[in-house]
Amino acid sequence: MKWDEFFVTGEPMIYAAMVSIVVVSIAILIGLTYFKKWGYLWREWLTTVDHKRIGVMYILSALIMLFRGGVDALLMRTQLAAPEMKFLDAQHYNEIFTTHGVIMILFMAMPFVIGLMNVVVPLQIGARDVAFPRLNAVSFWMFFFGAMLFNISFVIGGSPDAGWTAYFPLASLEFSPTVGNNFYSLALQISGIGTLMTGVNFIVTILKMRAPGMKLMRMPMFTWSVLITNVIILFAFPVLTVALALMMFDRIFGSQFFTMANGGMDMLWANLFWVWGHPEVYIVILPAFGIFSDIISTFSKKNLYGYKSMVASMVVISLLSFIVWAHHFYTMGAGVMVNGFFSITTMAIAVPTGVKIFNWLFTLQKGKISFTTPMLYAMAFIPIFTIGGVTGVMLAMASADYQYHNTMFLVAHFHYVLIPGTVFGVLAGMYFWFPKIFGFRLNEKLGKTAFWLIVVGFNTAFLPLFFLGLSGMTRRMYTYSADTGFGPLNMVATIGAFILAIGFVVLCYNFYWSFRYSPRDENGDPWDARTLEWSTPSPVPVYNFAKVPNVKSMDALWEAKVNGVPLYEEGPYEPIHMPNNSGQPFILGLIMFFLGFFLVFSWFIPAIIAGIAVVVMLALRSFERDHGYHIPPEEIAATEQKLRGDSV
Amino acid sequence: MARLFPIRHVIGYIFSLILSVVGLGVVFWDLNPTAGLWILIVCALIQASLQLVLFMHIGETDNKKSLYFNIAYALFVGLVTIFGTLFTMLWGW
Repeated sequence: MKWDEFFVTGEPMIYAAMVSIVVVSIAILIGLTYFKKWGYLWREWLTTVDHKRIGVMYILSALIMLFRGGVDALLMRTQLAAPEMKFLDAQHYNEIFTTHGVIMILFMAMPFVIGLMNVVVPLQIGARDVAFPRLNAVSFWMFFFGAMLFNISFVIGGSPDAGWTAYFPLASLEFSPTVGNNFYSLALQISGIGTLMTGVNFIVTILKMRAPGMKLMRMPMFTWSVLITNVIILFAFPVLTVALALMMFDRIFGSQFFTMANGGMDMLWANLFWVWGHPEVYIVILPAFGIFSDIISTFSKKNLYGYKSMVASMVVISLLSFIVWAHHFYTMGAGVMVNGFFSITTMAIAVPTGVKIFNWLFTLQKGKISFTTPMLYAMAFIPIFTIGGVTGVMLAMASADYQYHNTMFLVAHFHYVLIPGTVFGVLAGMYFWFPKIFGFRLNEKLGKTAFWLIVVGFNTAFLPLFFLGLSGMTRRMYTYSADTGFGPLNMVATIGAFILAIGFVVLCYNFYWSFRYSPRDENGDPWDARTLEWSTPSPVPVYNFAKVPNVKSMDALWEAKVNGVPLYEEGPYEPIHMPNNSGQPFILGLIMFFLGFFLVFSWFIPAIIAGIAVVVMLALRSFERDHGYHIPPEEIAATEQKLRGDSV
Repeated sequence: MARLFPIRHVIGYIFSLILSVVGLGVVFWDLNPTAGLWILIVCALIQASLQLVLFMHIGETDNKKSLYFNIAYALFVGLVTIFGTLFTMLWGW
């Protein structure tokens, strides 16, 4: 292999990216050494098993990936701004829309959602950590190194270029001979296994670690949505794992599962991909539904309307999500029966979703509403998501879909679902729970400025795409002639994309401003909220709850505040059992990164060595004895004194 | 020491390896499709029960309700994936 096959060459933008990667890496290394932060980084973050810190690292990674995916989006929009633009060539454009899709779904939406789960769920159910803290760290580092493996592809080896769906036969060795799609299969595999472990971890946490009295039907709605999400993860991700493994066998070991010869079946990839892919949509959107439910209830000063129907509709969505996948390829040529069946199931999903929309509206009705930043996102979500949902029902009609399929209409539809659903959801959740972790709120004025820029920018960017799609602009076309008449609306969309980007910059500036100037939170409950997590001091101490709370009703903290039902029993503190930190998850993730990297380039000897190292790490863990440590009552008393000012 | 040795896991592991080799054998020796498919289906069922019994300790909980609920959900997703794929890809409806 020659050097110019190893590194991506010939693009000035890529050279600039390489230089900036090297400069930033050196700057980080020098910074860490100069400020003597290596030990701090290792002890407090890289080896941590604390669910709150792991959650923060997930969200930080997600924000960085949001930046990367966002830059991809801006490059695409710049290329499409006017007819016959020469900003990107066809190959580069293919690579960019592929990485944009993969990164936004798998390395931005997923970790953001999982990060919020990590931060919030143990606090909401009155637990001191997740059920398997060490496994949680393994999950994070598998995700992180999977994401890194995917991201280096654009400077080393070349990015995948067959779309985020990587349909065969295009993604096969025959039509995509570069290593790009090897990166796809291996990076997604590594982070997907991490996600699968998260699924197990959170199901066990929610089923087994709730505080006394916290019955299933007393759980906050976000915890409910997380439980159902993780059930979907547990059953959907194995399909992706198998499909990616078959893809890897096809591309690296010469098997014929998805080829067009020797009994292979190319459309089987699309089929398996969407058997996972459609539930995946609900994996990223159900937690957002949960976040909005908690936020709307908090800022309307009412309990959630239709709690039971909210839970039931999520269970129904989780089942329906597994029987709609073929609507992604109506145009494959299946018969009337197949398309008809999947049309009906797809439309059926609108029913439980509609139930949820009405429940939110009824929660707002006659509420004492305060328009904080998280609440604004929730308010914007309802109408915008409804547009996304209604266009979804349009796409669900198989015969009409022959017109919409693979046009900009589809692109507009799924952005109208995923951005208000997932992105607004996780941003709202971030603003909402930020004070819990850091002890101060993000600035409301900057938050609202960013909100308006994001909402206006989003609609300006994506509403025109509906009309472009209806007038025939297909998705993934890298340029168009002036005769098509696509120019003006594309220009509007591009302007919208840049407004959206300015919104993101304001959002990031808010972190800096608030970190320096925002007033520190005194009582741990800045929003006057309803659920258990707000009964802890902010920032939350490592053990979460000094005493295990006693839950007697739904919205336990609200009951405690309004009706004086005590949350904690009187009496001395008991010693708290906590897990020890460990460097093994980080090291295991690093080894997985190298295993994946060697397999991408089919360097089998180093890959086998890395594989053996993985087995050694697992064996080490099996024979390790680690019983954790205990925090003595005096230390708890001192910490609580410091955080709360007086004893509970 | 004998009580500490995870004999069930080791047996499960060895059986998993044997079953994988049998699966590989079906491809390697080019068995006819019907016979090959039946061997694979039987192996898959044994494999699934091995996982459930030897690794996931399915009999060891008192909470039968959540157990049945779990298995029902898993069966639902598994059967939907298999028969749904046949329905969309092969049966030609």
